[in-house]
Amino acid sequence: MAVTGLILIGFVIGHLVGNLQVFQHPDHLNGYAQFLHQLGPLLWVARIGLLVAVVIHIWAATVLTLENNRARGTPYGFKHTIQATLASRMMRVTGYVVLGFLLYHIAHFTMGAAQSSTFKENLPAYTMQHEYRVAGFPVVAAGAKVLDVHSMVILGFQSPVVALFYIIAVGLLSFHLLHGFDSLFQTLGLRSTRWAGGLRKVALWLCLAYFAGNLAIPGAVLLGKLSPRAVGISAAPAQR
Amino acid sequence: MVAENTAKNLSITLRVWRQDGPQAVGKFVDYQSKDLSPNMSFLEMLDVVNDDLTLKGEPPIAFAHDCREGICGTCSCTINGQPHGPGKGVATCQVYMRTFRDGDVITVEPFRAAAFPIVKDLITDRSAFDKIQQAGGFITARAGSAPEANALPVPKPDADLAMDAATCIGCGACVAACKNASAMLFVGAKVSHLGILPQGQAERDKRVVAMVDTMDALGFGNCTNQYECSAACPKLISHDFISRMNRDYLAATVRAAFKAVSLGGSGGS
Repeated sequence: MAVTGLILIGFVIGHLVGNLQVFQHPDHLNGYAQFLHQLGPLLWVARIGLLVAVVIHIWAATVLTLENNRARGTPYGFKHTIQATLASRMMRVTGYVVLGFLLYHIAHFTMGAAQSSTFKENLPAYTMQHEYRVAGFPVVAAGAKVLDVHSMVILGFQSPVVALFYIIAVGLLSFHLLHGFDSLFQTLGLRSTRWAGGLRKVALWLCLAYFAGNLAIPGAVLLGKLSPRAVGISAAPAQR
Repeated sequence: MVAENTAKNLSITLRVWRQDGPQAVGKFVDYQSKDLSPNMSFLEMLDVVNDDLTLKGEPPIAFAHDCREGICGTCSCTINGQPHGPGKGVATCQVYMRTFRDGDVITVEPFRAAAFPIVKDLITDRSAFDKIQQAGGFITARAGSAPEANALPVPKPDADLAMDAATCIGCGACVAACKNASAMLFVGAKVSHLGILPQGQAERDKRVVAMVDTMDALGFGNCTNQYECSAACPKLISHDFISRMNRDYLAATVRAAFKAVSLGGSGGS
């Protein structure tokens, strides 16, 4: 749980940092998306690696939960909790919501099964105005025609239902990480009372920052602070 | 002389788990108990209730107890869902009736874990802990007269930490309190109390692996790092020992994979 959890925490943070480029010129998010696609086989290595991490994480959680239920046997007639945090007791429920969100998120922005009219492949191509660099190396040239991920994201979040679902799901993911991040240090034997207070604060700030970053994208779209590029594409598919 | 008690006597409803034997089906039974002194210990209150039951010709409530001063680890009631009842760092025998209010309904159950089968009523068989101890909770040393005390220096911080772990009385409250009936705090304390000291080094790797594997085989649950165990522990043993055991177990497993072994044949046998 701890090792796969660590991998997935690393991924979700990296994913958020990449996505925050939506607040910059469309060149950034679109160039970034194009760069990831240009990785070709490497992209698939990363995707399969993450899929394996998710599967092991869920498999371990299932096996451990079944073992734990068996280990209790007869449940207590009087339920009582002394100090276990709410986040730690909600791990299974928040985990289910995160899994549901994950499936929707992939269907939405990777496969185009949800909101397909504003899916990147169904939007007019975007022409890069400047080259996109990664670590100083130019990876996408100016003038290249790429998928318009920037507009897809903004159009997607113009639906309040979708945006709210994202906000709630990522809120619960942050709550899941609050226990998960703290917990993995204990499992790996790297936690002790001497710095447990500090670790808890780091976990709390990390989760708050993660939630704030994720709230910002759909939040900004709902408040009208982010608009898609004006090329005659509309948020409401029925009007197209 | 004991100071005069000014607190009012209390009456309570006791909701107790009654189970005739290991295979029998148990259920909660309510008993009224009136005019209890607030200075009674919880176990003394059970004695009073049992006296009444005996007079009425009903079987008394079976509960485990021995020293009644919090050092033997025999008493084992879950009171209102909390192993050893309310109060920090106390065993059931150190819970006093003044903790409760007149008219309270108090639910008393055995420690619940599949690895601690119920013998009768509130008594559980905790010999699973003995099996874990037998797997590695010892050092191999010449028994007999005590060795010269200064022959083996132990730094004071190590001695203190080892003693913190050694305060474990093996009562099983950690298992009872854990949402997963995990024995990690008990095993962590036992692994650490020897593993921190120089005397425990020779068998350190073998010990942690054997004790953890035995714990798993006995059907205890897994740690989800909620720390209910250390909160319920009558000796307030820290869950730092669980972290330490995890680290030790990981290191021992890695070391075992790379450890050179003797090919035998040399040394003239």
